[in-house]
Amino acid sequence: MKICCLVKEVPDAAVQKRIDPNTMRLDRSGEKNLNPFDTHALEAAMQIRESGVVQVDEIVAVTMGPESAVRALHKAVALGADRSVHLTDPALEGSDVNATGYALAKVLESEQPDLVLLGQQSDDGECYTIGAVVADHLQVPSLTQVIKIDVAEGKLTCERQAEYGYDTVEVELPAVISVGDAINEPRYPSLKAIMGAKKKPLDTKSAADVGIDTSEVGIEGSKTRVLAINPPPAKEPGEVFEDEDTDETVNKIVAWLEERKLV
Amino acid sequence: MTATVIKDAGERALLPPFTDEHEELRATIRRWVEAEIAPHVDEWDEAGEFPRSLYERAGELGFLGLKYPEELGGQGGDYVHDAVWAEEIAAAGAGGGVGAGLGAHTGIATPPVFRFGTPEQHERFLRPAIAGRKIGALGITEPGAGSDVAAIRTRAERHGDVHVVNGSKTFITNGARADFLVCACRTKPEGGHGGISFLILERDMPGYEVTRKLEKLGWRSSDTAELSFTDVVVPAENLLGPEHGGFYLIMANFQWERLLMALGAVGAMRNLLERTLAYAREREAFGRPIGRFQAIRHQLAEVGLKLETSRALAYHALREFVRPEAERRKAIAAGDWAHPAITAGLDEVTKAKLYTQRAAVDAADICLQIHGGYGYMREYGIERALRDLRLGPIGGGTDEIMREILGKRLGL
Ligand SMILES: Cc1cc2nc3c(=O)[nH]c(=O)nc-3n(C[C@H](O)[C@H](O)[C@H](O)COP(=O)(O)OP(=O)(O)OC[C@H]3O[C@@H](n4cnc5c(N)ncnc54)[C@H](O)[C@@H]3O)c2cc1C
Repeated sequence: MKICCLVKEVPDAAVQKRIDPNTMRLDRSGEKNLNPFDTHALEAAMQIRESGVVQVDEIVAVTMGPESAVRALHKAVALGADRSVHLTDPALEGSDVNATGYALAKVLESEQPDLVLLGQQSDDGECYTIGAVVADHLQVPSLTQVIKIDVAEGKLTCERQAEYGYDTVEVELPAVISVGDAINEPRYPSLKAIMGAKKKPLDTKSAADVGIDTSEVGIEGSKTRVLAINPPPAKEPGEVFEDEDTDETVNKIVAWLEERKLV
Repeated sequence: MTATVIKDAGERALLPPFTDEHEELRATIRRWVEAEIAPHVDEWDEAGEFPRSLYERAGELGFLGLKYPEELGGQGGDYVHDAVWAEEIAAAGAGGGVGAGLGAHTGIATPPVFRFGTPEQHERFLRPAIAGRKIGALGITEPGAGSDVAAIRTRAERHGDVHVVNGSKTFITNGARADFLVCACRTKPEGGHGGISFLILERDMPGYEVTRKLEKLGWRSSDTAELSFTDVVVPAENLLGPEHGGFYLIMANFQWERLLMALGAVGAMRNLLERTLAYAREREAFGRPIGRFQAIRHQLAEVGLKLETSRALAYHALREFVRPEAERRKAIAAGDWAHPAITAGLDEVTKAKLYTQRAAVDAADICLQIHGGYGYMREYGIERALRDLRLGPIGGGTDEIMREILGKRLGL
């Protein structure tokens, strides 16, 4: 079995997020890190390998991003990936979710994995959708918000978090699975793994290398346009009930909730 | 994560000698301490002990063997990786006790075994110590010999192939539960520097006794013990380094110990500053956050300055210490104790130790004051920081001794 993990370099959680009003895109300067959600995908891949139920021949970390994204790949390799692929090309700059999903799918076509794992969201864009877009391009099944994976030959049994509880879903491979952070506790990379990461193979690919139609990517190729960015409307001040007589206060609160059909 | 990074227009600049790789390690240590140590630190302080299993856990994650070769189960790193460890466990909130217990093991007990030990000693002591299966301690101080190291009286008499050891040690970190003690003994009856040798004593040797676990102001979760030796028979294969040449080993070890203490103080100050800043922003008095009072703001500026000065001195000393490491190894192997690499960084390390330890105590005191009554209460951990850090100007060579060294180095 071959597993590809999609990973992304994102601004460090400690960095205040800001939209650049000129480009209408997230300001990605400053301290960066491997998207924390992706570390769960890598851990899931490692656990599948270590479970020994199926033989995992290779775990490959794949990213699309600027030159600096190599650092995210090194981190992914330190967490267990055997090698990594870096898709980088000026033509890809400014791609929206759909264009990014298409571009990543092209890399995956050349890799032919049995399973694609990724974090359910990125810490910056928070779109939750890349997995589904990639799966659509690859024409393979996709599951999101998966918090448990059991492998068997040729298929997976997954639990996926739903609003009302859990769905247990069986899915045939190949498939694209995005995982929630409840799925596991990512391991601590050892110093040996950190130091060894730069020595593991890293392939740099251009758009042409993986057969990307550049009219489908970048700002021009993206089907969405950001027209304006506005801060969320300020919250209206809440209503305060002073508690003089508790019974009376409780009645007031219940009446308030009933009025809004909340109970 | 951004500890050693100077931010300038959003771009990162790493402070030498640290690289991206070290920052990765830093982040890993931080995550581990925050998840598995910091939540229990107060409870362990109260109990006067942290679990022994913490050594195994740290061993499993590779933290006890960062600077040791892979052939011995280490991670194949070097002293700079160990420096990251010393700073970051303190910065992430492991507290003085856990820092001392793990730090004595990685920072003072195992380095002489690595540097001076035979391959056989590496197998017997270092390999299990790296894995966290055996705990090490370093025994130099005695009831009658602290600052004056050359005054030690624990005797090791040679009888054919063995040494017979009699005497006592005190203030030994990890002393109560150490499986092996790297122990300074007098092997020549005449006093002074010349007749000291190191023997590795093992806990199960008859006559080796832990006489007392000591009660302390701070570092409470680390064990500090008094040991006594009565006719302990130590086989020749437990002699560490050159016979009668132990004083060099002590001097070589002190450098690293002092540097680690300096780095630990930097970490502790980072932790204090971060927490106290948050508190000063949040705590209100007279209708505004206390951090908006000039009196408080200026005090925090002072803590920031102490931290930055400490960091600059400690990193500078670290760079000076590690630079000639290759030559140092060669000199030790050749027994060339006059080689300049042996004492490289002595001034810098001494200054860093001296400045940082007092700075950290002062910083903790300021931070406690800013926390008001809450600072004095157990549950905030600020009073613990002050208690823990008070050891700094005493342990590993007192402030007075540091000044003596520096004064003499000025040729006076
Ligand atoms: C918690 C703790 C843990 C420790 N862990 C270890 C350990 O693991 N292994 C180990 O071997 N030791 C350990 N020590 C011992 C530590 O290194 C000594 O306490 C320290 O070196 C000081 O020695 P002393 O306590 O005997 O003080 P003394 O040497 O008796 O000094 C008393 C005072 O006199 C001053 N003084 C002494 N000589 C001079 C001088 N020439 N000029 C001016 N002033 C001077 C000192 O600075 C000090 O203020 C530990 C100590 C503590 C408290």
